[in-house]
Amino acid sequence: MKALLALVFALATLFATPIARAQVGTDVAPLQFKDAREEARFHALVSELRCVMCQNQSLADSNAQIAFDLRREVLALMREGRSDAEIKEFLVARYGEFVLYRPRVERSTWLLWLGPGLLLLGGGFVLSRIVRKRATARGPVADDTDQEW
Amino acid sequence: MSDSTPAARWIPLAIFAALALLLAAGVWLSRNPDREALPSPLIDKPAPQFSLPVLHEPERQVTLADLKGAPFVLNVWGSWCPSCREEHPVLTRFAETKRVRIVGFNWKDERGDALRWLDQFGNPYWVVIADIEGKSAIDWGIYGAPETFLVDANGTIRWKHVGPLTDTLIAGELVPALDAIDPQHEGAKP
Repeated sequence: MKALLALVFALATLFATPIARAQVGTDVAPLQFKDAREEARFHALVSELRCVMCQNQSLADSNAQIAFDLRREVLALMREGRSDAEIKEFLVARYGEFVLYRPRVERSTWLLWLGPGLLLLGGGFVLSRIVRKRATARGPVADDTDQEW
Repeated sequence: MSDSTPAARWIPLAIFAALALLLAAGVWLSRNPDREALPSPLIDKPAPQFSLPVLHEPERQVTLADLKGAPFVLNVWGSWCPSCREEHPVLTRFAETKRVRIVGFNWKDERGDALRWLDQFGNPYWVVIADIEGKSAIDWGIYGAPETFLVDANGTIRWKHVGPLTDTLIAGELVPALDAIDPQHEGAKP
């Protein structure tokens, strides 16, 4: 049964990813938390981290074996007394910026962070120019009474 | 838009062209079949320290220090991994050239399964180290199998490939990377 599951799992990955990477299909016992506070902190942290294997899931949601391992590692680091920032740094050092759902603000991510604002500003500027041009072309709005809305 | 100047009439077309360009750029950027592979932040960084048992003699531990002194290739595999099987003949061919030591990193496997796998398909590795728990693998930034690293004589990671190796990839990337860090060995190539 276990072998069959592993096979199904492996086949699923085989067809799901173009480079056909495999993952282990063994079961892992769920993590045990000391108290509700630890559990809440853990869940907040792992939902901010992206699973490296199945790239559209968070570490919290993923069933990939590596996600199990990383969740266990995150909990172990928490118990060592590391801060959330330190734990994120630990993962970024190994897996890259990719694991962060909220990328850090630095030179390579300026466009990412400021881009939407710049687009909005640009759009607003163009819009205001068009509006102003039409206003001068038509002259002062005097025909209020004719409007039908 | 009856009051628009002739120039303004081209604005929608210009916007459309810009969007089409953006779309084309997106298609162009995703041409790489390995686009889902994460770039490793460990390239040109010291390889992580580890101490792992040898698969064939579990009482013997191998550390990074033991492997330093000459470049080596670290190949991550598991008997549970179908693409490792696909990669195996390619790796065997490369190992037969004796260009570099190939260290097997048996990841999250069961010892018996791993040994059987090597018996069945042949053992191309110089030594196989076993990471049953997967803790060292996290330090290496490993997230699937197969993955292949090139580490130079000083223990610095020089190159990484995610996914199965191919002959083209070895000839086009791995061997040139090796030549760059280990030129005196170049004559030993077949």
